Amino acid sequence: MKDCFARPIASAPDAWFDMVERDWNDGEKVRDRTTKRRRCLNLGSYNYLGFGSFDEYCTPRVIESLKKFSASTCSSRVDAGTTSVHVELEECVAKYVRKHSAIVFGMGYATNSFIIPVLIGKGGLIISDSLNHSSIINGARGSGANIRIFQHNTPSHLERILREEIAERQTKTHKPWKKIIVIVEGIYSMEGEICKLPEIVSICKKYKAYVYLDEAHSIGAIGNTGRGVCELLGVNTADVDIMMGTFSKSFASCGGYIAGSKELIQYLKHHCPAHLYATSISTPSAQQIISAIRVILGEDGSNRGAQKLARIRENSNYFRSELRNMGFKGMLARKCKFLYQNESHLLPHKRANSKRNMKQVAIAVVGFPATPLMLGRARICISASHSKQDLIKALEVISKVGDLTGIKYFPAAPKKQEAEKDTIKLV
Amino acid sequence: MDTNLVEMCRAGLKWFTMLLDAPSARIVLFGVRIQGHIFVEVLLGFVIVFLLSQKSYKPPQRPLTEQEIDELCDEWVPEPLIPPITQDMRHEPPVLESAAGPHTTVDGKDVVNFASANYLGLIGHQKLLESCTSALEKYGVGSCGPRGFYGTIDVHIDCETRISKFLGTPDTILYSYGLSTMFSTIPCFCKRGDIIVADEGVHWGIQNGLQLSRSTIIYFKHNDMDSLRSTLEKIMTKNKRSKNLRRYIVAEAVYQNSGQIAPLDEIVKLKEKYRFRVILDESNSLGVLGRSGRGLAEHHGVPIEKIDVVTAAMGHALATEGGFCTGNARIIDYQRLSSSGYVFSASLPPYLASAAITAIDVIDQNPELLVKMKQNIALLWKGLKDIKGMSLASDPESPIVFLKLEKSSGSTKDDLLLLEKMADRALKEDSLLVVSSKKSFLDKCRLPVGIKLFVSAGHSDSDLIKASESLKRLASELLL
Repeated sequence: MKDCFARPIASAPDAWFDMVERDWNDGEKVRDRTTKRRRCLNLGSYNYLGFGSFDEYCTPRVIESLKKFSASTCSSRVDAGTTSVHVELEECVAKYVRKHSAIVFGMGYATNSFIIPVLIGKGGLIISDSLNHSSIINGARGSGANIRIFQHNTPSHLERILREEIAERQTKTHKPWKKIIVIVEGIYSMEGEICKLPEIVSICKKYKAYVYLDEAHSIGAIGNTGRGVCELLGVNTADVDIMMGTFSKSFASCGGYIAGSKELIQYLKHHCPAHLYATSISTPSAQQIISAIRVILGEDGSNRGAQKLARIRENSNYFRSELRNMGFKGMLARKCKFLYQNESHLLPHKRANSKRNMKQVAIAVVGFPATPLMLGRARICISASHSKQDLIKALEVISKVGDLTGIKYFPAAPKKQEAEKDTIKLV
Repeated sequence: MDTNLVEMCRAGLKWFTMLLDAPSARIVLFGVRIQGHIFVEVLLGFVIVFLLSQKSYKPPQRPLTEQEIDELCDEWVPEPLIPPITQDMRHEPPVLESAAGPHTTVDGKDVVNFASANYLGLIGHQKLLESCTSALEKYGVGSCGPRGFYGTIDVHIDCETRISKFLGTPDTILYSYGLSTMFSTIPCFCKRGDIIVADEGVHWGIQNGLQLSRSTIIYFKHNDMDSLRSTLEKIMTKNKRSKNLRRYIVAEAVYQNSGQIAPLDEIVKLKEKYRFRVILDESNSLGVLGRSGRGLAEHHGVPIEKIDVVTAAMGHALATEGGFCTGNARIIDYQRLSSSGYVFSASLPPYLASAAITAIDVIDQNPELLVKMKQNIALLWKGLKDIKGMSLASDPESPIVFLKLEKSSGSTKDDLLLLEKMADRALKEDSLLVVSSKKSFLDKCRLPVGIKLFVSAGHSDSDLIKASESLKRLASELLL
């Protein structure tokens, strides 16, 4: 069982990587690394736009910034940790996300955990989606505010809860809520679903609640220019009060950001503990993000960014439809990830995973507590750096393994493509 | 008619008094003669008890109609998301135009930098830059995944092995952010119902971890072993259930908020006497204390096995980013599945892990860096000994030199503004970059605020003399 997780790799997390083979001594207790490497197709890393290895535009600039500023500033942002690269990064991110200002932190998880307690405290209410990430749950618990959960991606349930809470609080305790923040994610990492943002934003506007959008997986990967779920669904960014995202996925760097109005960012810079006490984000990582954003927007003088975005759309649409045709049960359509769900224990997936590995395809397998106990799943992350041949090979392997382990729950479709009504297609 | 009424009342009263007095005139209970009025009082008592035991009248509640809910929702006005911005929130930090070494460039001017915790001067070290460059060319920047899903690069495993070898512990786990190390480790082991005794001066990352753990937190006076002893004594003697609960002591090796060094030998003696476990944060002592830089345990001659959990951020002497936790193999293995900051977060970028390995190699091979740093601390202490208006509050061997205000204005906010002004003037007039204390409203630490200087092995004697002269001059101008 343990072999499925924490597999070390010996190269960059690109379309193909070298997986390190491990020896298992004494049952499952000790595992030694061997010097043997196996070249595997990478369907498990969050390398959506293919920046996860040497890049002709980004890497030279990153190395230059490393030589100029060194790997770390050893200081918090307010002391001596702000370099010209950090200032440029925040301006670049704010412009990209279409907000007035942004603030950047060294870790995406910490961004949520440390920002939410600054914005809301006792006497406030947080309404969070039932499948929100652990960092949001940690931040909400740490804030001291009351927490209510609404059914995953169900705007009608959110509205019901808002009405109930505002009305009951006033009549029962005569101390109305100080403020209400609704926290949703752009793309849910374990489901692969896109948030119903337009409906949620209109409900929040009606009931005067603030919207906090976590775009960890969607920024840089969906939308015409990769600007995330707001661009894809046509939501005005001025309607989302706090936009959060991370750089460890599409931008292949590290860290997280919060974007919002000028006053919001000024307030956060003065009070957020991560800004005051934590070491600032490493300068070469910051440079990688700036360069990646420039490539995506075409500011490097080429159209590689647009090509990457188009390729990831094509790849994921193709892969999803092929898997459905084969008879696998998949989650709702997505631009960059595809999941398939299995209503049984995790074990068939684990067996499938080992078999796939022998055939050189690496996929992430997820179980409890990240997913419900009986709903283990395998998660496939499509990247812009995968070629058509890579995907065809992966599909062959998955199909064979699916047959062997019996996880094809639907009959295979005839050779014609089915129409997908409930998917969001990009024109 | 009036007379008849009066006659009737008088008769009634006479009869009533006779009734009360008659039988009881002979009763003596507990040495007290029972008079008639006792019966009245007892009767009144029964009436009162009866009334109190009745449920208060509540009108039956009917559910709100949709229209009423709409009205209430329309009436409700939330607070603004953030309070209004004040002048002090608009303060901008200095922007560096070169590496944050002992000398750096701000606004085109060369500035002496005492604001980076670059204790051994490894920022800009040739070997670190070479190892980072080769890691960047091989692995790119990010690892694009959490440790569980193909985010474990072989460099991470090498780094963990190297740290274990350096500190002499069985196993190590790497975290991707220094501040997240403590706030992930503490809730991993400490749960609701456990008892944690923590120093009141611990930094915010530890405070957050303590809060998330939901355990019972008891603070003891900052770095005061008598206070710790009496707290442990009280816990073990007063509460009989304590023996069945898990008990921890949380301390920092070198306190970020005051520069004091924890007396580890005494803490270990107390821990063994009262049977507690120790969680120690060695962020500012790794590479600094001890003959070979192996931290507080080496400094006090305590075997590292006596400390149950050691955590550290690598953004200080090791001149890289991230953090780690080290201890026995079971503790580390447990964190690989249960520590939220490890499982749910992308792993450390490989080039930073490779920088950590190289930094440890450099420390091992160059013990003269530690000697130089210790000499620099001594020289700075000599220069700042007779500063007016402030006093040295840190330990003489600590790399964080902390000058606290001798006379506080009474309001922490005013003190912080004054110190910020002092730091700004030091930068503008003397090209000296120092740290003035910053406090978030979420920070519970109430230690005195002041100016901090991070001493580096890369500082020259003239830098240290310049710093002391400048601070002495500004202190006499602004504080007296």
